[in-house]
Amino acid sequence: MKPIALVLQARGTNRELDVMEAIALAGAEPEGVPLNNLRAGKNHFIDYQMLILPGGFSYADALGAGKLLALDLNSYFSDEISAFVDSGKPVIGICNGFQALVKSGILPGNEAFASPARAKQSYKGTMSPAKQDDSGRGEIALLAKERLARNDMATLTFNAQGHFECRWVTLQPISEICVWTRGLDERIECPIAHGEGNFRVADDFIANRLGLQDQIALSYVHADGSPANGEYPANPNGSMLDIAGICNPAGNVLGLMPHPENHIYPYQHPHRTRGIHFGSGLPVFVNGVRYASLL
Amino acid sequence: ELGFDGVYRAATGFRYLISGADDITVRDLAKRLLVNAVIQQWTVGEIYPTFPQESASSGAIEIFPMRDLSDEGLLALSKDRRAALDLSEMKVIRAYFRKDHRDPTDVELETIAQTWSEHCVHKTFKARINVSDRGVKSQINSLIKTYLRSATDEINSPWVLSAFVDNAGIIEFDDEYEVSFKVETHNHPSAIEPFGGANTGIGGVIRDVIGVSAKPIAATDILCFGPQNLDPSVLPAGVLHPRRIQSGVVAGVQDYGNKIGIPTVNGAIFYDEGYTANPLVFCGCVGLAPKGKHVRRPGEGDRVIVLGGQTGRDGLRGATFSSMTMDAQTGEVSGSSVQIGDPITEKGLIDVIVRARDLGLYHAINDCGAGGLSSAVGEMASTCGAYVDLAEVRLKYPGLAPWEIWLSEAQERMVLAVASENIPALRELCETFDTEMTDIGDFSNSGKLIVRYGEQIVLNLTNEFLHQGIPQRQLSAVIAYRLTTDGSTVSSQLPTTNLSDTLLKLLSHPNICSKASIIHLYDHEVQGGTVVKPLTGVLADGPSDACVLKPIGTKGMKGIVLSNGINPEYGKFDTYRMAWSVVDEAIRNAVAVGADPGRIAILDNFCWGDPLRPETLGTLVEAAKGCHDAAVHYGTPFISGKDSLNNEYYGTDGLRHAIPPTLLISALGLIDDVNMSVTMDLKKAGNLLYLVGEFAPTFGGSHFNLVIGGQEVSENVPGPTRIAPKVYAALHKAICNDLVCSIHDLSEGGLAVAAAEMVIGGRLGLEVNLTAVDSIRMLFGETNGCLLVEVAPENALMFEKKIENLPVLRVATILEKQALVVCNNNQTLFSIPIGDLVKAWSSSR
Repeated sequence: MKPIALVLQARGTNRELDVMEAIALAGAEPEGVPLNNLRAGKNHFIDYQMLILPGGFSYADALGAGKLLALDLNSYFSDEISAFVDSGKPVIGICNGFQALVKSGILPGNEAFASPARAKQSYKGTMSPAKQDDSGRGEIALLAKERLARNDMATLTFNAQGHFECRWVTLQPISEICVWTRGLDERIECPIAHGEGNFRVADDFIANRLGLQDQIALSYVHADGSPANGEYPANPNGSMLDIAGICNPAGNVLGLMPHPENHIYPYQHPHRTRGIHFGSGLPVFVNGVRYASLL
Repeated sequence: ELGFDGVYRAATGFRYLISGADDITVRDLAKRLLVNAVIQQWTVGEIYPTFPQESASSGAIEIFPMRDLSDEGLLALSKDRRAALDLSEMKVIRAYFRKDHRDPTDVELETIAQTWSEHCVHKTFKARINVSDRGVKSQINSLIKTYLRSATDEINSPWVLSAFVDNAGIIEFDDEYEVSFKVETHNHPSAIEPFGGANTGIGGVIRDVIGVSAKPIAATDILCFGPQNLDPSVLPAGVLHPRRIQSGVVAGVQDYGNKIGIPTVNGAIFYDEGYTANPLVFCGCVGLAPKGKHVRRPGEGDRVIVLGGQTGRDGLRGATFSSMTMDAQTGEVSGSSVQIGDPITEKGLIDVIVRARDLGLYHAINDCGAGGLSSAVGEMASTCGAYVDLAEVRLKYPGLAPWEIWLSEAQERMVLAVASENIPALRELCETFDTEMTDIGDFSNSGKLIVRYGEQIVLNLTNEFLHQGIPQRQLSAVIAYRLTTDGSTVSSQLPTTNLSDTLLKLLSHPNICSKASIIHLYDHEVQGGTVVKPLTGVLADGPSDACVLKPIGTKGMKGIVLSNGINPEYGKFDTYRMAWSVVDEAIRNAVAVGADPGRIAILDNFCWGDPLRPETLGTLVEAAKGCHDAAVHYGTPFISGKDSLNNEYYGTDGLRHAIPPTLLISALGLIDDVNMSVTMDLKKAGNLLYLVGEFAPTFGGSHFNLVIGGQEVSENVPGPTRIAPKVYAALHKAICNDLVCSIHDLSEGGLAVAAAEMVIGGRLGLEVNLTAVDSIRMLFGETNGCLLVEVAPENALMFEKKIENLPVLRVATILEKQALVVCNNNQTLFSIPIGDLVKAWSSSR
C-alpha cells in the first residue's frame, strides 16, 4: 500500500503543491492538510506515514523565519509530533519547514547537547529574573529548560549576503544515517529561494557533534563536486561547514534549505538546453517514501 | 484586545543607531534616506506610536446642494472632493439629480467620480477625437474600438476565449485548461511610497487573475526609473530620488511575489530622466484555470459576499488620484492613497477561491481594486442590481464615514455572488484557510444600485446612469511631423578604432547591462514550472529572451511563453513605429524561445502624459494605430489592455516633467513541447551563427546614440518589417525540427550586443565575419524582425532550406577561444576577451 504523506499547510505555506508533486512521483500519496484541520481534530498525525513541512512564508515570517510555525508546532502538537518523530516515521522540512523544525527544537534534536549547564545558561538569557529562582526545582521546569536549550543550539539566520536569494545550487548528499539521503551518491542540483538560510550553531562542540554523528545530511559544493568552503555563490548563504541540510540523531527527520522538489523533471534543469540531465532531486523523496513503506 | 490582558494596541518601529554625525546631518540623513514622511513619522530620540484616531462611527453623510450650483460651483466641488470630473461630466450629474428632485450624497458623488474615473472607465481611450494630421482632418470614435478591439475582431482567433471584457484576457491552453493574463500599472502610488506602491501593484494584478477564477502561476514586472546616478540637487521638490524609488519598488515586488508563492519570471528595467518624478511600475500576472469554469452572472437573491482583508481608510480615492497630474503636494494630500499589501492574506484568498470554483459555490466574482467595494460591487451589479448594507462591512477600526467604507481600497478583498444554500460550504472553506467572509447584501433584478448604512439609504442610483451616463469626451489630437529613414548619420564621421570601447560601453549601459542582482531577489522557481528561466547559460548569467513555463498538473508537455517589448527611446521619435517595434519585439522574443507564432496573444499598456494636450494625444493616437496595424499584420490578437495617463509632474520650477511615451506589449504564447524550447547561450564551438530576418539597421532612437552622445540624429527609428511573420513561422519550423542550438534576438545595441550576450551566456568565443560597407551601422544599428541563430554544421543545409527565400546570412562561427572577434572583409576590427565582456556587462555605469 502506498504510504500517505501529511503535507502540512500553515498560513503562508506556498510550496505545498511542488512537494506534493515530488512525493506523488516518488510513489506515495500526498495529502495537503491545513493546520486548522489538525487543530480542529479533523485530521490526525497518527493516520499518516510521512510528515512533510513545505516551503513558504508561514505567518509572513513575522518574528523570524519559521518562528511562529514553530510556536504552533510546540504549542498545539507537541505530543503528536514527538510521537511521530519517535516512531521513526520519515519527516522532511524544506526551507520554511526546515526553519520551523530548527526553531521548534525538533532539529538537530540532540538531547545530549542540552547539558544542565547549557540549559541553565540558556534559561538565564531568556526568562525574567523572578522566574529564574525556580531553576532546578521540579521535573517540569527542567523539561522546559531543556526544550529552550534545544532551541538555542542551532538556528537559521539571515543570509551572509543580507538578502533573499533565488539561484540554483549543487548539493552533496552525505549522511548515511539519514533515511532521506542514505545511499545517494549522485550530487543534487536544485534551486534555493530564501533570505534566512544561514545555518549556525551555538559553539564548536555542537558543530563537531553534528559531523561525528553523521547528522550533516547535505552540503553545498561547487558544480564539479569540490567543497564550497564557504565561497559564494556555491555556498549561497554563508552556512557553517557548507551545511545545506541536517537530520536528527535517529536519521528520520531531515531539514534542508534547498528545494529538491523543484528538480524532479529533466526539463526543470537550467542546463537542459546544453544537454545536461543530471542531479535530480527526486531520489531524496524516493528514499523517504521507500523507507516509509517498509515501516 | 489583542489576546493579552490589558494590551489594546501594539506598534512596531525601526531604530537606527548613528554615530559620528552631528544633529543636523542626522536629521538630514533621516529625511533623505531613512524615512518616507508620507507613511512614517520619525524623531531623533524617543518616539511614541500614533494609533488611528478612534471615534464613534456616526454614519453621517453629507448632502451636496448640487442642483443649484453654477458651472464654476460644479468645478469647485469636483476639485474640492478631488473627484477629477470635468465640467461636462459634472453637468450631466447635476441634470440627473435635478430630474430626481434631490441632491447627491457624498457616497453618490464619490461613487460616480470613481466609476467615471479615467482609471476605471478609460475616458480618453473611449473619447471622440478630432485628429489633425499635417492639415488633414479626421475623426476617431474611441481608440479602443477603432484600433485595439478591432484588431482582435479582424484576426478572429478561435482560441481567444475572452478579450477586453474580463479582469484579464483569456486564451485556450489545451482541451482542459485556459490561460489568463493581465498587466496593470501602479505608477502614482509607487512614486510616493515605492515599496507599498509596487507591493500592492503586484497584489492587485494577482487579484485580477483570481477574478477570472484562475490560479495565479506567474508574475512579470517591467520597471522604468530615473537615472540611478541622478544628481540629488536637480531632484524636483517632493520627489524621491530614483535610487530610493528603485530599491523600494524592487523590495515591494520581491516581498509580495515571494511570500505569496508566485514565480516572478519575466521583466525589464529602463532608465530615463523622464521617469524621475513618474516611475512606471508594470505588474503582470498569469493564471491557469479549468476551461469554462469562470462564471460571470450573479443570480437574483445571491448574497454579496466580501472575502479577505478588513476595511480601513487605506487608499481612499486611488482611482481618481491615479487620474491626476502630480505636484509637490501630492505626497501629503494623497498619502492615504497608498497601501501596504499582505500577501499571506491573498494566498488564503487563492486557496479558498480555487476550491470554491471547483465546487461551484459562486455565480460571479470580482476583485476589489481601485474604487474598492464601489467598483467591485458596482461592476458586478451593472447588469442586474444590488442592495448593500455598509454597516455589515468588517472594519479595521471604527470611525469610518459611509463613503470611506464604500470607496476604501483596502487590499486583499474579493467579492463573490453566492446563492444562500452555498453559504455554509463557503464559510467552512474560509475557516479552514483563515480567511474572513462577510455577507453585506444581495443581488437584485432592480436595475439599481442601492446602498444603505443601517436604516439610512446613502446611495440610490440607476445602473443606466452609473454605467452608461458618462458623456463621451471630445478631444483634439495633432499629429506631428514624422522623421523618415534617410541614410547614414554618424558612421562615416566616426573613427573605426574605438569599436570595442563602444561595445563595452553599450554592454554596461544601465538599460542593457545585467539585471542579475535584481533577478536573484525574486523567486522564479516556486511552483516548479520555470523551464526557460530569466537568466540562462553556463553560469546562469545570460539574459533570456522570454520565459517558458510548464504548469504542474497539466497533461503533456505543453507550455506557456511570456515575453515583453518596450522601447521608450523609440517613443521619443515616432510613436507609430515604436508601437510596431515593440509588438514585433514581444513576438520576436517569444518566438526566440520556441513559442508557436500562430498562438501568441498580446496585451497593451500605454503610459502617457496629459491627453488634453493635442500633441500628446496625437502621439497616443499614432501608437494605437501602430498597435492595430502590427497586430493585424502578425495575426496576433490583443486580449487585454490598460492605460495610465497623466504621468506628468509640475515641478516647483513651474515646468512640466512628462515621461517619454511608453508602450509595453506583453506577449502570452504557447509552445507544444517545452522540451523543444531554446535558450540564448552559445552551445558548441564549430557551430555556425546565422542572422535571420530583414536586417535594416538604423540609428534613430538607438542605444548607440546614447553612449556616443552629441550626434545629430536625422534618421528615424526602425520601421515595420513586413516579412517578419514569415521569418518567424519558418524559424519556428526549424526549432520544431530540432535544427537550432541557440537563438537570441537583436534589440538595444544591435547585432554586436546580441552576439556579445550569446558569448557571455555560452562562455564560448565567436568570430563574426562581416562584409559590410558600413560596419558601425551593421554592428550597432537597431532593427526589427531579426535574430541570431546557432546551427550545427551538419544541420546547416537543412536549416537554410527551412529559411529559403527569406533573408538569412551566415555571419559567424563559434570558437573555443575565449573571445569575441569581429572582422569586416577579412580584416579584424576588434577582439574582446570574454572576461572583459562579462565585466562590462555586470557593472552598470
